[in-house]
Amino acid sequence: MIDEIGKSLLKEVAELDALPVGAYNIRVNGESSVRNTTANIDIVSKEDKTGIDIIIKPGTKNESVHIPVVLSQAGLKETVYNDFYVGDDCDVTIVAGCGIHNCGGGDSSHDGIHRFFVGKNAKLRYVEKHYGEGDGRGKRVMNPTTEVHLSEGAYVRMEATQISGIDDTVRKTVATLAANATLEVQEKVLTDGVQHAVSEFNADLNGAGSSCNIVSRTVAKDESVQHFSSTLNGNAPCSGHTECDSIIMGAARVSASPNLTAADVDASLIHEAAIGKIAGEQLLKLMTLGLTEAEAEERIVSGFLK
Amino acid sequence: MLELKNISFQAEDEKEILKDVSLAIDDRIVVITGPNGGGKSTLAKVIAGIVMPTEGQIILDGEDITGYSVTERAKAGISLAFQQPVRFKGLTVRDLITIAAGRELTVSEACSYLSEVGLCAKDYIDRELNASLSGGEIKRIEIATILARGAKFSVFDEPEAGIDLWSFRSLIHVFEKMQREHSGTILIISRQERILDIADKIIYIKDGVVERYGPKDEILPTLIGTARAGCDILMDKLD
Repeated sequence: MIDEIGKSLLKEVAELDALPVGAYNIRVNGESSVRNTTANIDIVSKEDKTGIDIIIKPGTKNESVHIPVVLSQAGLKETVYNDFYVGDDCDVTIVAGCGIHNCGGGDSSHDGIHRFFVGKNAKLRYVEKHYGEGDGRGKRVMNPTTEVHLSEGAYVRMEATQISGIDDTVRKTVATLAANATLEVQEKVLTDGVQHAVSEFNADLNGAGSSCNIVSRTVAKDESVQHFSSTLNGNAPCSGHTECDSIIMGAARVSASPNLTAADVDASLIHEAAIGKIAGEQLLKLMTLGLTEAEAEERIVSGFLK
Repeated sequence: MLELKNISFQAEDEKEILKDVSLAIDDRIVVITGPNGGGKSTLAKVIAGIVMPTEGQIILDGEDITGYSVTERAKAGISLAFQQPVRFKGLTVRDLITIAAGRELTVSEACSYLSEVGLCAKDYIDRELNASLSGGEIKRIEIATILARGAKFSVFDEPEAGIDLWSFRSLIHVFEKMQREHSGTILIISRQERILDIADKIIYIKDGVVERYGPKDEILPTLIGTARAGCDILMDKLD
């Protein structure tokens, strides 16, 4: 059964008011709560460890899989292994997401280890949203690890968002790209209070014509700490771009470290990183339109992370 | 009516940029002109509250706004189009126009302001105000936000600067339309003769001092050869 807190978390992380259309598996407080499969998408529980295999038949088009996780029991800690097999020529959307409500004294954590095996010429959009709430002393911790393996001609777009309430996170994303594969990553992170967020990307561009674009936009408020690192290895004629753009506020601390390695004369790799406070003239402009300084700041931050 | 009473402004390096400026502005279109470095832009900033005068008072329709913050002045009815518009990563043209209007706008309302400045609304309404917009585009968007504000006292700091392919005539039309359809005062800082030509009154500022202030027909003939001096080539390009 999904209680009221669970329902509200589901709305935050998966924008779900009711059970979704298509395949789904909703995990509540450490157990699979409800599941649905379709003719093309099968979901099977793993036998050797916690987690599921999601198997999408080759050629499946315009279908979606929702696999949200909610934790409302204080002090629950879990590690979940989910493997996604996306067949050749698919065009599908996978929506994951985790919401933690912790009103107790113990730390709650969810570590999702996701592996994607994306078939030839398949197209995948992967949306992941992390959210925490609750006023307990216990921390809300999420450490997602995402492995993405793109076959020839595959296209993957990942949208990862963590805007509120996660005290401690280490996000690791590892990708391998075969010939003509394309990976696009858009990450948005906001930390406040004494939160701590680490995001590490590592992409191996192994195939000729592969390309990768990683864009991270973050806002660090109060005394929060963020670290972004991005490693691109160009092992073939390929193009890679990684960008980290951060707004720093209060007494926060942000670091960004690029690491580019080219092992092919036709590999073209670019890294951009910018960290800075909100420009004074941006605040002034919005104030001349009638916003207070605090309202102007709020609009700039929400626009930046939109 | 906006009254400036004995306004002086001294910069941190102690240079006096405005010296005892007193003006009463209540006409529909007033243009401030004068040589570079004469204090025109500083005066605009003093009116909008971006810099505080070292001495003097600012009165808007009888209300002393001298101590008002930028936000309070905006709410009191002052609007400023920046000479160099600000860019924002993430905010869209629609966002800025909505903030300017101070209320939710329908798509067609937001689009009408863009059409006024010669931008095809469909192409621009959801564009981010980032570096992908050209100087001319962002300048026109800046002017559109002032139209959306509809304030009783609108200041334009060199609106013609950076206007690229859009014809200069269209800019003049915007001011003429504002004059026809809105009841407020438009204060334009410009050295362009054709903008001076639409003014009811002209203020000539040099070295921080108002040297001349009066009806256009009286002031303009005295300026030919001064306001335009040194930038004929630029003016030709704008034409």
